[in-house]
Amino acid sequence: MRKKRREGSGAIWLVAPMAIWTILFVGVTLGYIVWLSFMTRNPDGLGVIPKFTLDNYLKILNPSYGKVLLNSLKLAALTTGVCLLIGYPFGYFMARAKKSRRSALMMLVIVPFWTNALVRVYGWRMLLMGDGPLNSLLLSIGAIQEPLKLLNTFGAVLLGMVYALLPFVILPAYSSIEKMDWALVEASRDMGASPARTFFSITLPMTAPGLLAGCVLTFVPSIGLFFMSDLLGGANEVFLGNLINTQLLKSRDWPFAAALSVVLMLLTSSILWVYRRAGGKSSDIAVF
Amino acid sequence: MLELRGLKKSFDGVRVLNGISLDVGAGEFVTLLGPSGCGKTTTLRIVAGLTAPDEGQVLLGGRDITGLPPEKRDVNTVFQSYALFPHMSVERNISYGLRVRGERKDQWHRRVREMLSLVALEGFEKRMPSQLSGGQRQRVAIARSVVLNPKLLLLDEPLGALDLKLRQQMQRELKDIQKRLGIAFLYITHDQEEALNMSDRIAIMREGRFEQVGAPEDIYERPVTRFAAGFIGQSNFLDCAVEGTLDDGAPVLNYFGRRFPGRKPGFPVRPGDSVSLCLRIERIRLLRRPSGECFLPGVLKSRHYAGGSIREIVELPGGQEVLAIQQSASEDRIAEGEQVFMVWNRGEAALVQ
Amino acid sequence: MKQRKILSSAYLVLVLLLMYLPILVVAVFSLNANTSRFTYNFTGFSLQYYEGLMKDTKGLVAALLQSLELALYSCLISAVVGTLGAVGMARRKFRFSGAIEGISMLPAMIPEIILAMGFLSIFAAVGVPFGMLTLLIAHVTFCIPYIFIVVRGRLAGLDPELPSAARDLGASPVRAFFDVTLPLILPGIFSGTLLAFAMSMDDFVISFFVTGPGTTTLPIKIYSSVRMGVSLQVNALSTMMLATVFLVIAVFRLVRQNKQHKGRSQT
Repeated sequence: MRKKRREGSGAIWLVAPMAIWTILFVGVTLGYIVWLSFMTRNPDGLGVIPKFTLDNYLKILNPSYGKVLLNSLKLAALTTGVCLLIGYPFGYFMARAKKSRRSALMMLVIVPFWTNALVRVYGWRMLLMGDGPLNSLLLSIGAIQEPLKLLNTFGAVLLGMVYALLPFVILPAYSSIEKMDWALVEASRDMGASPARTFFSITLPMTAPGLLAGCVLTFVPSIGLFFMSDLLGGANEVFLGNLINTQLLKSRDWPFAAALSVVLMLLTSSILWVYRRAGGKSSDIAVF
Repeated sequence: MLELRGLKKSFDGVRVLNGISLDVGAGEFVTLLGPSGCGKTTTLRIVAGLTAPDEGQVLLGGRDITGLPPEKRDVNTVFQSYALFPHMSVERNISYGLRVRGERKDQWHRRVREMLSLVALEGFEKRMPSQLSGGQRQRVAIARSVVLNPKLLLLDEPLGALDLKLRQQMQRELKDIQKRLGIAFLYITHDQEEALNMSDRIAIMREGRFEQVGAPEDIYERPVTRFAAGFIGQSNFLDCAVEGTLDDGAPVLNYFGRRFPGRKPGFPVRPGDSVSLCLRIERIRLLRRPSGECFLPGVLKSRHYAGGSIREIVELPGGQEVLAIQQSASEDRIAEGEQVFMVWNRGEAALVQ
Repeated sequence: MKQRKILSSAYLVLVLLLMYLPILVVAVFSLNANTSRFTYNFTGFSLQYYEGLMKDTKGLVAALLQSLELALYSCLISAVVGTLGAVGMARRKFRFSGAIEGISMLPAMIPEIILAMGFLSIFAAVGVPFGMLTLLIAHVTFCIPYIFIVVRGRLAGLDPELPSAARDLGASPVRAFFDVTLPLILPGIFSGTLLAFAMSMDDFVISFFVTGPGTTTLPIKIYSSVRMGVSLQVNALSTMMLATVFLVIAVFRLVRQNKQHKGRSQT
């Protein structure tokens, strides 16, 4: 009796743990959120009663909540914009630097990434506090009469976000600029185009993948990093992340929090979808 | 030693092997020759155990090994890309099979040294594959397989990545090793010269089937099909009509009104049939006057000197151009544009369908 | 051209300064001699907070150890699961490969708070006690994608004939994996695990939601400490951690440069 042996038949056991884990802890979890968002909150206490409702989503249309959503989008957009403005030139100069310098620069960019994000935000908080070193310095040299209220503002949150997410623009930008065929730029200059023109018609389009990846890598997290706005924005600035947090832990309105999360998920998915349509590849995003 | 019986294999609905049967004797050098995609590598992988056939059997030494995994077969492979383990030194690569069998260093050390001297790489024990040239890697790959004394060695176009000089040298070395160790070789190549140089027998493969299997001279002198004739050596094919038969059974052929006898073919022919006359380029003589029973008139179109030989192109009646190759310049050189007679021996030109 | 160089260098330096500014502030203030509870103006140098860290840990060191333990277990589990998954999918193209890949990538691609929310609600619904277990499950879930991607990349660069060659020479499939495939993807597994380790140590959002009474990770502890004001012991700890990271990376680079030099002089 001849045995029929199929190649790779053992492979299924290798993939099984990951498949099971993924389906269980990611698929089911996310599915649960969606289900939860359509449930009614239990008026008597914790949890939910299995009654289908669209109230949670309708609640979002409430102007005060809608404002939070818009605020978050505004923050995310501004963060992405500022990060691109600062990060792209950085990546550019880094890619054009001498080979020996480049690895040192890379290390310098990555090291803060390895330190605890909270600590870095905390550092800014210390810096910007009413009685912090920045204000003390400005006061002592007479530039201002009273300490500036820098903390607990939209600007502070923006600053924190940009600071935390900057490497996510620098790295993909650097990567795609470095891979670029520099001969094209030289050819363009050779044909008489000015540096500015060359940049906009050659460099920029050719490094678009890096730019695009950078956009996605900053926009998506910036909607969800609630500790940033918590530590730097205080109670004044409320974003989607904070909203979900408070709804979940303080108000215990889980279905509503779930609905907000679903909205967030849809937002993220649409961004990724746009990214894919614009030609983005997952390899560009895996910047690490 | 090795028997392949009726092997069939399909990939994604595409038939790659269409019923392959072959015997390889102990110590025999058999080559699978054919164009890319004809199924040579698939056949090899089935023998090695890396792919399972849809139908058919593989027997080694009389034993059915069709269902056995590769590690249980007494067959080893030299891969096209050599597949040397990049993280192991030369000696650890060569000794790998022995170590898997449980041998300890004091046991395999000597064997590895023997192998290294066999492939002329003494002293290379501690080198890493990344430090070796293509030819050196090739030899390590051979040593790695041969050290296990397999009954059969499979070689998948092992010389493909080497330059011409090295390739020719390696051909001699491989043949030498094979003869010395007496291992049966099943060899794959698409280079017909290589096949002719090294093989005891050649199996010409085409679209998953064996077109013809035989010793090099057999295939050269007596090709069975036009494809086989075209794959070994270079030939001119003249399409002739069969007009009748001679007393000895040989057919009378008609080519654009010229008649001449042909060699008795291996298939039955009747008047009115169409056959191809296979004229090897080395088996044609160009003379000023007709000679013998087989000849055709023509015009010498061009002559090129190619190192040690002369290539001449003759236009025959009907417009077909044929190529003839001659080893040395004849004293009586016919000028381009002159009439010439293409002469050959009846027995040296095969008839194919 | 010289102008350009100066401009670019200046820009790089400026941005880097800004990037390191808060870190420097944290580090400098960790050496503050000021003991007041109401202001933290810099009054001089002192190692008091480092000493305080050693003696009265205020839970910081305990939280650090908790984080390390969590990160270690998460890394190990996700390394095994992720590596096996990558190897399995490379070996044979399953029909559901794309789906599994896509879903397992999600934790790394969507805002963490969604996953955090999901875990919290589902763990609560099922009745799992919050604590190390829930933390572990959550951390493994978001660590797997990092390892998976890196190992998969490494596998893609491997010669697919190598394991076949090992089997041809007599090794069983398991042996072929351990002798050939594993050593060659080990660097990938290592760097993926390192990355996962960093992600786990650094995680705040997810940990915050799924932790339970009695279990605190470092980021959570820092958060609660600095929420209200300034806690200079946090500065001390952070500075120490930063110094460690710097040292490790510097050593790594030196070792690598050394190897390269040695390699060059050999050939």
